[in-house]
Amino acid sequence: MPDTRPPILETRNLTKDFGVFRAVDSVSMAIMPGSITGLIGPNGAGKSTFFNVLTGVLAPTAGRVFLNGQDITGLSPDVLFQKKLARTFQIPRPFKRMSVLENVMLSPLAQIGEGIFGPFLSAAKMREQEEKIRVRALELLEFVTLEKLADQAAGRISGGQSKLLELARVLMGDPAVILLDEPAAGVNPSLTRILIERIEELNRQGKTFLIIEHDMDFIMRHCDPIIALAEGAIVFQGTAEQAQNSPTLLDAYLGAQVDG
Amino acid sequence: MMGLISYLVFFTTIASILAIAVLGLNLQWGNTGLFNGGVVAFFGAGAYGTLLLGGAPQADHIGGFNLFYPLALIGGAVAAGLLAWVVGRLTLHLRHDYLAIATFGVAVTFENIMRNAQGFSGGAKGLRGFTRPLEAWVNDGLTYNVLFLLVVSVLLICTYVFLERLIRSPYGRLLRAIREDEIAARSLGKNPGKIRLAAFITGSCIIGLAGGLYATFYAFVSPQDVLPTLTFQLWAMLIVGGAGNNRGAIIGTFLIWAAWTASGWSLSRFAPVELQIYTGTMQFILIGLVIVGMLLWRPQGLFPERLVVSQSGRKKN
Repeated sequence: MPDTRPPILETRNLTKDFGVFRAVDSVSMAIMPGSITGLIGPNGAGKSTFFNVLTGVLAPTAGRVFLNGQDITGLSPDVLFQKKLARTFQIPRPFKRMSVLENVMLSPLAQIGEGIFGPFLSAAKMREQEEKIRVRALELLEFVTLEKLADQAAGRISGGQSKLLELARVLMGDPAVILLDEPAAGVNPSLTRILIERIEELNRQGKTFLIIEHDMDFIMRHCDPIIALAEGAIVFQGTAEQAQNSPTLLDAYLGAQVDG
Repeated sequence: MMGLISYLVFFTTIASILAIAVLGLNLQWGNTGLFNGGVVAFFGAGAYGTLLLGGAPQADHIGGFNLFYPLALIGGAVAAGLLAWVVGRLTLHLRHDYLAIATFGVAVTFENIMRNAQGFSGGAKGLRGFTRPLEAWVNDGLTYNVLFLLVVSVLLICTYVFLERLIRSPYGRLLRAIREDEIAARSLGKNPGKIRLAAFITGSCIIGLAGGLYATFYAFVSPQDVLPTLTFQLWAMLIVGGAGNNRGAIIGTFLIWAAWTASGWSLSRFAPVELQIYTGTMQFILIGLVIVGMLLWRPQGLFPERLVVSQSGRKKN
């Protein structure tokens, strides 16, 4: 039965040029609520640029982005996070000289103590809110198995742990759509397993994921649908099964790996 | 004995005033990562602002509004904040090193304007005609200085408590996140531009407050008080003490100010007569060596910043 719900995240003819180079070429895709969409493609296919345009880091040359039907094209990343669209980074960006817990406690929006006078004028309310945030942050750290590292400096944890930390950090803002940029790259298998379990659990709770990933096993097993980019344009959209039997995809991506 | 006490009071007063300025710089650099290379401009804005607002009317230049002293002092801090707002709007999008160069330029410009704008700043002769508050009531110089030190100490403690509370609050967390990684902070819904500007202005107001107190103490300010040397001294104090640590900033100030004073005294006492004219220069070299040496061997300072931890242990009982 075809899905008739409106997409939660949609791009229409999204295009990004760097000078004469077209990094993203008229990409139109619809991400359905509650899905885990896998975005694949060879190096340089434009996946990360697509992410950056989607999340407001780069301004698109042409095309539009919609979140829940609302035009969000060109909005800055901080505004998008407030609108419940969150992302992680390909190379993790922990706040290194802050504790792991503090990294997570940063994210909630509208914190009373975030204004310069808040800590003085609304001290009691701030402490109360701060306690709630701390409890929630510790819960999320437990969820991503980092609770033992809560008081460590975030600069001293491993790359894989940093990816889990980034996940906890965005979850703290309770986003509806989470964009993960290569969550499994450079992460040891046991941490990857934890990460996958957590993504699937969150997905069952109703969170939508769009995941860039090179690990084909990861994509084939856990993502549906799968979208493939090559040279900035969509070359394939379909299920994992269709992906395995798609000549275009084999040619554009898998084939290249087999040959190479 | 009285001479020694009198000197100690003088020393502690100046060091405490400078410590307030270093605390302001620590908010900007230690907590937010803003490389203010022109600290002295904001210090000067506070100094000139306070004397112009609180001084007696003068024939040859504007100012001398005879304002009630606390208002004049606040006015000086606000003047520094206004300068920071203008400078911040123009330069805060710059990266560390470029921000340092831009603010350094602002400070040199500030000094030049004060040196030349006769009708405003008194030019090279500086601003005179300021009567220190309540001075007529206290007839003994030492007593007055002790009272002044008391006021300065209270302000230093207030500044310290204010900043400590600020950096342990979610606001401090926000500043540290901006310092560590602006792009990540932005991806988590924070607006770095606004936050950087607010921190820059707040820090500059505190630096301006220090400038106002400094000018009050001497009842005088001239372009000689806003030379780049002071910027480097204040930076040395912060780096030695420990950027990001307010207690370190205060201790660093006292240490460096003691070393500066002691080096000046011993150079003038022990250096050969023919080298006496170079003692000032030698002090500059020493300050430079302290900064470079610290950055090479102990960049985190004597009292490094401490992580804010969860205190989850405390909650269990």
